[in-house]
Amino acid sequence: MNNSVITVRNLVKKFGSFVANDNLNFEVYAGEIFGFLGANGAGKTTTIRILSGLSAPTSGEVIVAGINASKKPEEIKKQIGYMSQKFSLYEDLTVKENIMLYGGIYGMSKSLIKERTENLLEKLNFRDYGNKLIADLPLGLRQKLAFSIAVFHEPKIVFLDEPTGGVDPITRRQFWEMIYETASRGITVFVTTHYMDEAEYCDRISIMSEAKIVALDTPENLKKLYNAATVEDVFIKIARPN
Amino acid sequence: MKRFLGFVKKEFLHIFRDYRTLFIIFGIPVAQILIFGFAISTDVKNAGVAFLDLSKDETTQKLTDKIISSGFFKRTENLVSYDEIEDIFRKGKTKEVIIFEKNFEKKLQNEGKASVSLIADGSEPNTATLVTNYTMAIISGFNTDISGIRANNPILIQPEVKMLYNPELKSQHMFVPGVITMILILICALMTSVTITREKEFGTMEVLLVSPLRPIQIILGKVVPYFLLSFINVILILVLSWLVFGLSVKGSIILLLAESMLYIMLSLSVGILISTIASSMQAAIFISLVGMMLPTILLSGFIYPIENMDDIYRYISYLLPPRYFITIIKSIMIKGTGFLYVWKETLVLLSMTVLFIGLSVKKFKVRLE
Amino acid sequence: MEKVIESTDISKAFGSTKALNDIAFAVDESEIFGFIGPDGAGKTTLFRIIATLLLPDKGEMKVLGMDCIAGFKELRKNIGYMPGRFSLYQDLTVEENLNFYATVFGTTVKKNYDLISDIYSHIEPFKKRLAGKLSGGMKQKLALSCALIHKPKLLILDEPTTGVDAVSRSEFWAMLARLRQHDITIIVSTPYMDEAMRCDRVALIQNGSILTVAPPQKIRNGFSRKLFMIKASEKYKLIIALRKYPGTVTAYPFGDSVHVTFSDDSIDESLFRFLSKEGLSKVTAVETEAGIEDRFLELMEKGAKV
Repeated sequence: MNNSVITVRNLVKKFGSFVANDNLNFEVYAGEIFGFLGANGAGKTTTIRILSGLSAPTSGEVIVAGINASKKPEEIKKQIGYMSQKFSLYEDLTVKENIMLYGGIYGMSKSLIKERTENLLEKLNFRDYGNKLIADLPLGLRQKLAFSIAVFHEPKIVFLDEPTGGVDPITRRQFWEMIYETASRGITVFVTTHYMDEAEYCDRISIMSEAKIVALDTPENLKKLYNAATVEDVFIKIARPN
Repeated sequence: MKRFLGFVKKEFLHIFRDYRTLFIIFGIPVAQILIFGFAISTDVKNAGVAFLDLSKDETTQKLTDKIISSGFFKRTENLVSYDEIEDIFRKGKTKEVIIFEKNFEKKLQNEGKASVSLIADGSEPNTATLVTNYTMAIISGFNTDISGIRANNPILIQPEVKMLYNPELKSQHMFVPGVITMILILICALMTSVTITREKEFGTMEVLLVSPLRPIQIILGKVVPYFLLSFINVILILVLSWLVFGLSVKGSIILLLAESMLYIMLSLSVGILISTIASSMQAAIFISLVGMMLPTILLSGFIYPIENMDDIYRYISYLLPPRYFITIIKSIMIKGTGFLYVWKETLVLLSMTVLFIGLSVKKFKVRLE
Repeated sequence: MEKVIESTDISKAFGSTKALNDIAFAVDESEIFGFIGPDGAGKTTLFRIIATLLLPDKGEMKVLGMDCIAGFKELRKNIGYMPGRFSLYQDLTVEENLNFYATVFGTTVKKNYDLISDIYSHIEPFKKRLAGKLSGGMKQKLALSCALIHKPKLLILDEPTTGVDAVSRSEFWAMLARLRQHDITIIVSTPYMDEAMRCDRVALIQNGSILTVAPPQKIRNGFSRKLFMIKASEKYKLIIALRKYPGTVTAYPFGDSVHVTFSDDSIDESLFRFLSKEGLSKVTAVETEAGIEDRFLELMEKGAKV
């Protein structure tokens, strides 16, 4: 299909003699919600780092938003958004300060930042929180804000690394509704998660095990193929970690 | 360009909201200037001087008065015999002994020259040099005064300078004891404070607390390895200074090692105390290094003599353990004194150790808050 | 039968933040008792009070018959505590970690080996490896072994499955079930709702308050309405449409479908017509049994505001 935003062909990544990614092949299409699953140590983080331009492949072709990741990794960064569980926002800055910072980093004009900030705060019901320090916000709100900031500059793709860890079930669902809404605007969402039920929210998922991709399809098709009731059952059948 | 500025702005915000960084940027330079300005003085002030006047005539009296009234010196004692010299240096308060030979005035009048012996405490080479230079300048001034009366035959008072303990004025004699003092307290305090706060940060402290281990067992368990290793460190430094600089311990090595063990114990307990205050490893490192390093280097007498400091800084130095240990270690290593001369300082160190360990055990939280 | 844990009106605040509000519950011998709730609910604070690491501001807590404040010294000998992040010494090997905890508790690995063999056998081949180099699942097993090595009467596990992959989580719960044979009482906290089903009884906790305490099945059955599972060709469109539909009370995405409750507890033609007008096709609607998470969401909506 030629509306791929991510194309990966024969991707290999080695650290010394250790093979972290072993001949990966997959494509992600525009506006898709793509779930990237796998046990700890399977090689997911390595792949994401390559896709977001943070690390170079050892061999193979990786094209992200039309840019060749081996040749111009710096260019990729302008086209993507990123949010991880470990870090998202600066705790000792306020909500507005964080928004301004990231808006500035992505080269948005002051007027554009102002306009979108208003919209963002309105949408999240954050009107009164504009000048609060991140450290003073509860986890659920932080995660929602972090996501909004990651897509603030309307990138082509946003990478989410375990974005909903530990968050209460209501906030988790609200978060996923935000993901849905984002995807419906044409932004591709590439997400990893440990919550198997969240895998079901994705349009397609891939499962990594020991540096290889062992499954890639819609959740429906995978469940049929492996005769499983849930994605978790599929996972247990094929992704046994060592 | 805009991205860059946005990023710079963020960095400013971080800095102004973190009091620790602010302290490093502003607090330390300000403190340093103040300390350097007031406490550190390479001028001679209140240097202790003892006189051995074998002549006791009018001239020696005048010269003595002139020396004392110069403002640089403070008379400690009037000695009666040569035997007392060694002793008075050991006591530590005297930096210079001035000896007027017998029949000083008579010799001046009859022969046109007389000699003065200046014996200085070489264990502090900088001070010794300064003190003797000042004294010689005063004597030279005096010379000019009395020469003026007899123009044809200038009277010469010839000062003879001798350095005790460190005849060649080797600076290692100054810095090796100081280095030992500083290294021990920094490393011991840093190490123990970090190892305890590290357990807090990694969460393993929780499990230790819930176990049957008692606080005193945890504290001593942390202290014992560093105690042994620091002790080996001391021996290593002494051996190195002997091999490389030829600096040998003049006094009793056993006494030196015993005092070192006491000081190590004290330094370790300072670290433990810091760990009860510090909530993270970063805070522990900050307090141990920044909080303790500067006062130790500048105010303990390591480089700059305490006597030369303004009163307030001298009072502060009384609170610092390194100050006492430097005195002890210099006495033993360079002057070769025995326990009798350092018992006061030893007592202070001992009480400090007991105090800190007691405080640490008391403050050591049996629970998480 | 004396309760292993009895708590009344336990409250705890940190500065202006109220971590726990009037917590009351009891745990029976040899049961697996779960505390289910998201981050910030108060689970860790509560567990630390039970483990005698924190003092409650008010209320009474009796553990193994002893008061958690006065009897802490004796209690600590009989508790096995595994905090979040596992608290292992990263720079010691698997073996060294286990030996350390055994020694500190005045026992040896050999003495209670049969108790942990089921668990430890998974990692024994790696016993010379540094704990820092283990995977999440292996760290979890090691931490559990260390907590059990002195044969405690009460095992306190604070989020032992967080950040661990699905397979290891499943194995872990199987191991816990087998521990029951050794007469050990276990309290566990977890943010994963599905793990609630593995416990004998469960306390749902949110924002420092307990929403309910009961066996998991009973909690599920407590769901007050009929629950419907609705699917369609486009998930997001479906959710928005359902929320617009006048008869809808709640509509939550749940995996590949949406769980919906209606004000009149039924669905009819009008729903399908509405959805088809909104542009949705392949709509299926089926009544379904409520799960723990559905009930939790219901209680959360009713109780503390998020």
